[in-house]
Amino acid sequence: MKCLVTGGNVKVLGKAVHSLSRIGDELYLEPLEDGLSLRTVNSSRSAYACFLFAPLFFQQYQAATQAQEPVRCKILMKSFLSVFRSLALLEKTVEKCYISLNGRSSRLVVQLHCKYGVRKIHNLSFQDCESLQAVFDPASCPHVLRAPAKVLGEAVLPFPPALAEVTLGVSHGRRVILRSYQEEEADSTVRAMVTEMSIAEEDFQQLQAQEGVAVTFCLKEFRGLLSFAESANLSLSIHFDTPGRPAIFTIEDSLLDGHFVLATLSEPDLQSQDLSSQQPRQPEPPLQAHSTPNLDDFTNDDIDSYMIAMETTLASEGSRALPSFSISPGPQPPCSPGPNSEDDEAEPSTVPGTPPPKKFRSLFFGSILAPVHSPQAPSPVLAEDSEGEG
Amino acid sequence: MPLLTQQIQAEDDQYSLVASLDNVRNLSTILKAIHFQDYATCFATKNGIKVTVEKAKCVQANAFIQAGIFQEFMVREESVTFRIHLTVLLDCLSIFGSSPMPGTLTALRMCYQGYGYPLMLFLEEGGVVTVCKINTQEPEETLDFDFCSTNVINKIILQSEGLREAFSELDMTSEVLQITMSPDKPYFRLSTFGNAGSSHLDYPKDSDLMEAFHCNQTQINRYKISLLKPSTKALVLSCKVSIRTDNRGFLSLQYMIRNEDGQISFVEYYCCPDEEVPES
Repeated sequence: MKCLVTGGNVKVLGKAVHSLSRIGDELYLEPLEDGLSLRTVNSSRSAYACFLFAPLFFQQYQAATQAQEPVRCKILMKSFLSVFRSLALLEKTVEKCYISLNGRSSRLVVQLHCKYGVRKIHNLSFQDCESLQAVFDPASCPHVLRAPAKVLGEAVLPFPPALAEVTLGVSHGRRVILRSYQEEEADSTVRAMVTEMSIAEEDFQQLQAQEGVAVTFCLKEFRGLLSFAESANLSLSIHFDTPGRPAIFTIEDSLLDGHFVLATLSEPDLQSQDLSSQQPRQPEPPLQAHSTPNLDDFTNDDIDSYMIAMETTLASEGSRALPSFSISPGPQPPCSPGPNSEDDEAEPSTVPGTPPPKKFRSLFFGSILAPVHSPQAPSPVLAEDSEGEG
Repeated sequence: MPLLTQQIQAEDDQYSLVASLDNVRNLSTILKAIHFQDYATCFATKNGIKVTVEKAKCVQANAFIQAGIFQEFMVREESVTFRIHLTVLLDCLSIFGSSPMPGTLTALRMCYQGYGYPLMLFLEEGGVVTVCKINTQEPEETLDFDFCSTNVINKIILQSEGLREAFSELDMTSEVLQITMSPDKPYFRLSTFGNAGSSHLDYPKDSDLMEAFHCNQTQINRYKISLLKPSTKALVLSCKVSIRTDNRGFLSLQYMIRNEDGQISFVEYYCCPDEEVPES
């Protein structure tokens, strides 16, 4: 893979990396025919983010060199972020950014051509990996909000930086409410203040939700996407369903699109907050689910539509051996074992923004390994017994 | 000021070093550029004061404050040497605050009576005088890097701006900073080898940042990044930096620092190379 980013697009790319870095510790970089995809998932697998930069975004874009299979890789978010650390400098000094990925050299090479002829060359080590693919469908979400990112960005501005979650809902008079979410067990001093922002319907480009609906999700990840969308001057769409189902945040442009999928709190007593008139959602019995759509016992289940699954696009023999883990409405371990569970377990505390495990449903992931490119043994990772750890 | 000056005038005779300064920041800024260890050795001659800080017998930083920077500068003996707690000295120099309001200057009068006596600082701002006495210590012998300009193989003068970002973004997971200087490509290269992979930063010799480029032969040397990192303090303050290596691979970094009054002082770092130089 080779690509060349020039001018202001370097900053756009950097900004995207910054917003991805709010979610995961690892960055999945995958050159596709329809663009370069950057993806990440957080360690508790409750948030997933993906940017796809169209070939037109680049001055030059070549997904795969001749007679060579496309390489995808996983790198440490920290090391990729360090290339784009200072956005101000990026804008001021960098003229071109050349990224190349070559399976043989085992290095992801990022070259920055800066002012005064200075060149920065970063040779980043990477791991081969399976494709990180979330299965979600915004179209299946009954509720949709769309507004310029600026409107939403200004609305979340007053919330304290330490606030973990925010509730989004539609209240009387079809005003959209953003309210700081308080955990019940939080002590009274923390609960002393509730911040609530209300936005009029006119500010939205689309508001397709009836009064009373509400979902609660993590603010940090939301802010990450917002700051990207704001700088790119884009509109943000929020697709959501009942509490407990993931909310999907999308931005779209002719040159790029971004999807963030965030778990929402399943909150049977949300109705007590007057935003919701919905019936409390009964906790579902623990489900054993598989991410491959060809498992017929699951295709019709409505859980399918909101499950996020990681899967590869290849390997038919792999899909039979597809490991999976269950979704359960109850407490979840903060780290569901991932493709490299040893990493996750080694530093679970390095993700300060990991959402509280107790309330969020872990989103659903399954995975299979690419047979050719994966040096790792089939991941033991998503083994079924992981629910026992809960 | 006049009051302060009067009082002290009579006592001047007993001091072996007297220096006064209208703007204390002209001194404190330079000292901050070498403040990476607690203790410093001061040498004063009639030309000015040299303050030396060393670490691990491998790196030495010298700050030169010429006599001309001071409004009054008097050394009674041929040279005056003492060791002092640099952190305490800097704390005292900024006793009226390190970032004063615009338009107000802190004046300094610095006196040293001689071996065994404390260093006396009289600081005055807006009619308020603070007197500080800092105990001095037995001067320690400083390292002689024996870095003479005749042995210099490669020399580059860069505008500091071009190096500032590079140093602030150094991959600190790398143990060494490798400096390549060569008459051919890549001319001047800074490399790090960290956990995430390697990074190279190349400066072409015809870059606008390059004030002078005199490289005679290719040299690749590695320096402990932990030893070089403190020089960032000087780099940030400086406008130009001269980078030289001698035949033994010793590195000299000279920083030209312009103070608030437009006068120029120099800070110099010497560093010895890391032992083995692998072929790359």
